[in-house]
Amino acid sequence: MCVLFLRQRNVFFQTVPIWFNKSYRLRTGTARKWDKYDEGESVSRPGKLYSTAIDIRNTVGNVPMEWYQDYPHIGYNLDGKKIFKPIRNKDELDEFLDKMENPDYWRTVHDKTTASDIRLTDEQVDLVHRLQKGQFGDVNFNEYEPSVDFFTNEVMIHPVTNRPQDKRSFIPSLIEKEKVSKLVHAIKMGWIKPRKPKETTPQYYDLWAKEDPNAILGRHKMHVPAPKMRLPGHEESYNPPPEYLLTEEERLVWEQQDAEDRKLPFLPQKHSCLRAVPAFSRFIHERFERCLDLYLCPRQRKMRVNVNPEDLIPKLPKPKDLQPFPTTMSLVYRGHTSLVRSISASPTGQWLVSGSDDFTVRFWEVNTGRCMKTLEVGGAVKSVAWNPNPAVCLVAVCFESTVLLLNPSLGDRLVVSSTDQLITSYEPPEEDKEQAVTWALSEGPEHNKGHRLTLTHPKAVKQVVWHGKGDYLSSVMPDNSSNLQVLIHQVSKRRTQNPFRKSKGLVQCVSFHPLRPYFFVATQRYVRIYNLIKQELTKKLMTNCKWISSMAIHPGGDNLICGSYDCRLAWFDLDLSTKPYKMLRHHKKALRGVAFHRNYPLFASGADDGSVIVCHGMVYNDLLQNPLIVPVKVLKGHQITHDLGVLDVTFHPTQPWVFSSGADATIRLFT
Amino acid sequence: MGGLQKKKYERGSATNYITRNKARKKLQLSLADFRRLCILKGIYPHEPKHKKKVNKGSTAPRTFYLLKDIRFLLHEPIVRKFREYKVFVRKLRKAYGKAEWTGVERLRDNKPGYKLDHIIKERYPTFIDALRDIDDALSMCFLFSTFARTGKCHVQTITLCRRLTVEWMNYVVASRSLQKVFISIKGIYYQADVLGQLITWLVPYQFAHDHPTDVDYRVMATFTEMYTTLFGFINFRLYQTLNLVYPPKLDSKAESELKAEHEEDYAMDSESYLEKLSALSASLARVVATAEEEENQLDQFPADGNMEAREKEQKEQEDQNRLFEGLKFFLNREVPRESLAFILRCFGAEVSWDKSLCIGGTYDVTDETITHQIVDRPDIDKQYINRYYIQPQWVFDSVNAKMCLPVEDYFLGVTLPPHLSPFVEEKDGDYVPPEKLKLMALQRGEKHGKIQEEEEEEDEDEDDDDDEEEDNDEEDEDLTEEKNLKKMEDQRSQGKVRLEQEEKAEEKRLAIMMMKKKEKYLYDKIMFGKKRTTREGRTAHNNSWNGVNGMVSNVVSMWLMPFH
Repeated sequence: MCVLFLRQRNVFFQTVPIWFNKSYRLRTGTARKWDKYDEGESVSRPGKLYSTAIDIRNTVGNVPMEWYQDYPHIGYNLDGKKIFKPIRNKDELDEFLDKMENPDYWRTVHDKTTASDIRLTDEQVDLVHRLQKGQFGDVNFNEYEPSVDFFTNEVMIHPVTNRPQDKRSFIPSLIEKEKVSKLVHAIKMGWIKPRKPKETTPQYYDLWAKEDPNAILGRHKMHVPAPKMRLPGHEESYNPPPEYLLTEEERLVWEQQDAEDRKLPFLPQKHSCLRAVPAFSRFIHERFERCLDLYLCPRQRKMRVNVNPEDLIPKLPKPKDLQPFPTTMSLVYRGHTSLVRSISASPTGQWLVSGSDDFTVRFWEVNTGRCMKTLEVGGAVKSVAWNPNPAVCLVAVCFESTVLLLNPSLGDRLVVSSTDQLITSYEPPEEDKEQAVTWALSEGPEHNKGHRLTLTHPKAVKQVVWHGKGDYLSSVMPDNSSNLQVLIHQVSKRRTQNPFRKSKGLVQCVSFHPLRPYFFVATQRYVRIYNLIKQELTKKLMTNCKWISSMAIHPGGDNLICGSYDCRLAWFDLDLSTKPYKMLRHHKKALRGVAFHRNYPLFASGADDGSVIVCHGMVYNDLLQNPLIVPVKVLKGHQITHDLGVLDVTFHPTQPWVFSSGADATIRLFT
Repeated sequence: MGGLQKKKYERGSATNYITRNKARKKLQLSLADFRRLCILKGIYPHEPKHKKKVNKGSTAPRTFYLLKDIRFLLHEPIVRKFREYKVFVRKLRKAYGKAEWTGVERLRDNKPGYKLDHIIKERYPTFIDALRDIDDALSMCFLFSTFARTGKCHVQTITLCRRLTVEWMNYVVASRSLQKVFISIKGIYYQADVLGQLITWLVPYQFAHDHPTDVDYRVMATFTEMYTTLFGFINFRLYQTLNLVYPPKLDSKAESELKAEHEEDYAMDSESYLEKLSALSASLARVVATAEEEENQLDQFPADGNMEAREKEQKEQEDQNRLFEGLKFFLNREVPRESLAFILRCFGAEVSWDKSLCIGGTYDVTDETITHQIVDRPDIDKQYINRYYIQPQWVFDSVNAKMCLPVEDYFLGVTLPPHLSPFVEEKDGDYVPPEKLKLMALQRGEKHGKIQEEEEEEDEDEDDDDDEEEDNDEEDEDLTEEKNLKKMEDQRSQGKVRLEQEEKAEEKRLAIMMMKKKEKYLYDKIMFGKKRTTREGRTAHNNSWNGVNGMVSNVVSMWLMPFH
């Protein structure tokens, strides 16, 4: 069996099975040659094979001829002699020349077994054509012969065979009778029943006719109902608004995303009319996925609070009802050239003193913003404090290791002169005690400048604080290693004490209790309260801050606020606990200064974010009522320079005004 | 002295859960049978709170069932039926192997089957429970009823699904409970209010399905088996509530009307009956023949604000139900007949279609009393002057708007306005498409045409002003001064308003400062979610698919672990 590839006319191939016993290759000619053949030109040739002068037959059988590739012969003929291959195989050129020159090329086939070309005779070509057309190979075969019935359709009167019928064919079977009688008996006895007709359609009835609410199983209480399918949005419409359609980029992104990452499980599409809407290809998928969800997906009951965010905001009294408090910036005191570290207002509220890093102390008139005096001191001023006693006109200034007591000679002249008298009236005691600081009286030009007393400390001083009465003064020399960190000076007696025997950590700031003989010392994380008379520790407050920066005491004396570098402000109610009553995280950056107002229920905090936040802090006389803290105003105005904003805040002693000094070398008054 | 040492994982949550494999072994079922049982009985895996504890210290991913659930399955009579079926299959195979054909026949006749009635009753102890859970059943049955009978599932299932869905549609028509409809790219969504339950279902478009290969039809078939049982019982009960005959029968009057001349040519009587029902053009027979449905008035209770609201609501509902009453529609052959006929009949319209399209058409195109003809082609040759030729979207939009929308936007060949989803309920702050705003204005009774007119008038006035300017400048100056004054006043009032707003905003800001840390965190999270949704709404012009911003409902049942 072999397969012939013939090129029909000019275009296509056709496969034709031919029952030769060997494989032939009929080379195809061009259309021209076919035409020639059709004209019957080559019919003149005798119907003989091209090379059948000798009848060569290969006897190797149906084996692949590749086996003889390496041999000189190609098989054996009928006599058992070797059939040799032709000396020279035809190469491409020969083939081509043959194709061009030989008019019978198209009807020549190559016999692999004998390695010879055979020219097909006309009969053979005819046969091939007929087979190609699906006709019988034999020309003379008539496929439409008249049919002859095997059997006649006429009923014959005589039987075909003459055998007499069996007896059993007309006598009823006994076995059958027995079987039937058995069945009949079984039916009679009711053993066999007629088969019921099968119900194919399900029967429905009122299943819930007797609804029994008690029949609800405990299981149903544990049941977690599956959430319903999500309802479609506008984007699922067949004709959505144009803004719901994806842009080209979004569509590309959608196509590249994994199916799980996609926000939309489908592409929104717009169709001009209902007629144009195609079937949704993933419909069955989606339903199937829903089925999977229903029976495979683990469920869990989760409690979620339904919170209205507005309800979370605490209901506070309106700031409007808590007036007065400073709301607007009304004055800017300019003059300093470097950061203003510290400010302090005079007890009358007429003057303001400020100390700056430009080595000057300036005195301002509060109402006009005029700089009344400028004093050069020999160092960056760390802290200034106006004596709170209205009968004394003294200002404590600290820079480097010196605390300077100044008489600014401002205000009531009587007060000024009485202050000078107070200082000069000092009589040194008989026995001169060794003191930690040296007290020196200023004279000459320094006296004229306003210097009165100079206290030279052994170490750099960071803060000075007056006692409420105005006689005692405390200075802080932060140093972790020694017990000489806090000193208390008495101005009238020019005496200095070191109240602490032991260092309890780096002291940040100190303060006197406004009414009672208590002394507050803030170290890095704790505030300790000492009783100065009993000389003992009364309380230790845990501030929960990392590093305290400032501290202020409520004029009532029972409350205290601490500002810290970690942006927090802690309010302590000393009667309540040693832990903060409230932590306020209002500022975004480190707090630098805090202050209480003397009369009004106000406190303020200044921070590095350049804002001063004024809060209403009402303390009630009723011990049962906790203080009310309401932020009332965020005051902004200071520029942030070198990451520093507001450095100190202080309130006006009588008015609801707040001063703030900042790193931008200005002092601002908010009224 | 302590007693015996407590062993781990012998008490507590570890003993409350059971893995799937263990459950299967306990029930002695194959995985396929177990799956079937779980589907039928509605047993689903639970996600334990402490997975590691339940998993005895291992963190391997496992699905857990509640042990109580599995114990509950142990007593299920249907498990025995499963085993019987297994035995039946074995016997049948043996009989085939031995070529015992009578045996095969006998076995086939006695093929064990099971009923799911008791399971339905047990899963849904009350009717309302069942009704609440019918969404999926409806969608599934509608899908199965559109399948070709090509062996993806049993033909009986398909016919049963078709029958049930037709019954359902007839019920909805009879009870007039359809609320919302929506043409989506997936299919057509319907929402009905049945006995106070909102039921939504999705019907695919009438096309041949391209059956996917990665879908397990056995799972779907099991679900459908359960759903058809449930659905049948629900239908029965629903028909009972309306005093309708179940299985549904056409009204005798309607039946005689529908008796067409060439009905014998159409189909066998038994087959054409379902089709006549599915045509939805005739009313159904009632158990007790009542002349007309009497309007059930709400009983008057002593005056109450609540009562008034309810009355108003009911009135609105009735108005919506009578939306298309008195209108006569004709459906062209290119529109989806079933869905449109269903919707129109739900709202009291008369519908008909071409006789060659489907059985049950009651009048012809030539009928002069037709008010609307629904056409979905660019143009139509022969037009009658006394009817509107509209596109099908009009029907859907009108139903959703609860009013007959102006037909001008829906005429033949007109570019249709966007079709909006009626299921989206915008909260304040969400993006609202302008079309919806327009629609809402229309519903409030404003006519957008009027507004436009006013605007035009204003324009004209301005033009007049310009003309006058040339004539007399002085007067104009006075006018302008007055105008300026007015403007200034306006600005001042605006400034006041703005000041107040600012004050309020600052108050809020200050109050936020005083929040506790925990609450602040929660608040920030909520606000962040809200902002994100609005931002996405602004950028990706949509916000409907991430409307969940964390705090939604009190108790939420959750899907966990997407597994596919």
